[in-house]
Amino acid sequence: MIFKNLNVNIMRGQVTAIMGPSGTGKTTLLRLITRQLLPDKGVILIDGQDISQLSTKELYQLRKRFGMLFQNGALLTDLNVFENVAFPLREHTDLPDRLIRHIVLTKLHAVGLRGAADMMPEELSGGMARRVALARAMVMDPEIIIYDEPFVGLDPISMGVIVRLVRRMNDALGISSIVVSHDVQEINTVADCSYLISDGHVAAFGRPDELHKAQSEIVRQFMHGMADGPVPFHFAAPDYTEQLLGRDGG
Amino acid sequence: MIRDLYYSLIGFLRTFGALQFFFLRLLAGSPSILVNRFSLVVQQIFNTGALSLVIIMVSGFFVGGVLGLQGYDSLVKFNAADSVGAVAALSLVKELGPVVTALLFAGRAGTALSSEIGLMKATDQLSAMEMMAINPINRVLVPRFLGGVISMPMLAAVFSMVGLLGAYVVSVVLLGVDFGAFWEQMQVNVEPGDIREGIIKSIVFGIIASLLAVWEGYHAVPTAEGVGRATTRSVVKTAIAVLIFDFMITAIFLNS
Repeated sequence: MIFKNLNVNIMRGQVTAIMGPSGTGKTTLLRLITRQLLPDKGVILIDGQDISQLSTKELYQLRKRFGMLFQNGALLTDLNVFENVAFPLREHTDLPDRLIRHIVLTKLHAVGLRGAADMMPEELSGGMARRVALARAMVMDPEIIIYDEPFVGLDPISMGVIVRLVRRMNDALGISSIVVSHDVQEINTVADCSYLISDGHVAAFGRPDELHKAQSEIVRQFMHGMADGPVPFHFAAPDYTEQLLGRDGG
Repeated sequence: MIRDLYYSLIGFLRTFGALQFFFLRLLAGSPSILVNRFSLVVQQIFNTGALSLVIIMVSGFFVGGVLGLQGYDSLVKFNAADSVGAVAALSLVKELGPVVTALLFAGRAGTALSSEIGLMKATDQLSAMEMMAINPINRVLVPRFLGGVISMPMLAAVFSMVGLLGAYVVSVVLLGVDFGAFWEQMQVNVEPGDIREGIIKSIVFGIIASLLAVWEGYHAVPTAEGVGRATTRSVVKTAIAVLIFDFMITAIFLNS
């Protein structure tokens, strides 16, 4: 069992952060929210609708209201930047090419990569790929954008750009954002509300400044980046001395 | 031991059932792709068919050449060297054309399909499509499957034609078999039923090779090693399945 008694509310129009130590199931939670996985127990409601009860057609209708930014961008490697962003429009609409071009260039301009429209995904840096993926996630004007570890592996400049874009897109387009991350500093600058998940349940939630002041040991360890605490530094292992002396049977 | 065997058998039956269900899903998605998105299929015919032409033609020429050599060497002892054209044509059209083309197809195009789909899975491209409300089976797998199925019979035909050219060059140009006898024997002995058998085999082998290639790619473990293993499995399984089905189809045609 990954989660027990987990209760998370995502408020409309807000940036909600989901944080937690590595391996705590943050990405699994995203897959549950988007029904890439089905829960054994419990319900996931979107606008009061239990998504596990949806037919495939209804699920796809719901997903058209979502945009998702994957950790690695997940750009289609056989299409250039322009076509990657245009992909959902070409698949879901009959818009004329001129209008598609207009929309795609607008979205690329918003992420600062209009000049990279003709580049192929392998020519992009990690930060650029994530910005293109963000443009693609926005191109259908979704109501909810989900970011899976958007800051991982980025240099400070790219990270700053993504942080600003998350906030700006949320406010400018009036959407709801869910950001899964364990980058405390960055997420605290954009989130309206943060959930800290540990050991399968919500360890704490509230505004980032509230979490910083929390007295719970797990929250303090996570928010202040302490190496040891409720989440131990050492993974479970046999006695160190016994193992070095070869008496552990290994 | 018996328990292991039992679990292996159950595992095999489960996989086989899932493969059939997967095949039905591909078939169900095919009509709309053929009607509405045929350009996607054309692109895959280019990738799997046109890009395999060189290996198919080179292999076909030399297989035909070997048939010419071996056929001449055997037939000349019975004073029947003129029949080398018929022997080469029957061997190519009924057996070697479809079978060798399918094996080469699995090695060239099947591996490309498996690794491409496996890598798309490993890099979340298929999940991204799901999240864009686009069915990856219909958008990615069906066009590749159809491209392979359409390409295979055409490649087998090219293989047989180039093979005949190889047999002609070796037996007529190099070994001195009579030009008219070479083609006449072929015309007399090769019947429409033989060509039909070859076409049916190449269609069946095209379905097998394309199905296993997309199946293995789609079910690859999304790691570098997993994609490599899936690619290998697609070739091995295709080779075994093609040879088994070749035996079965040949037996059916001989019985009828």
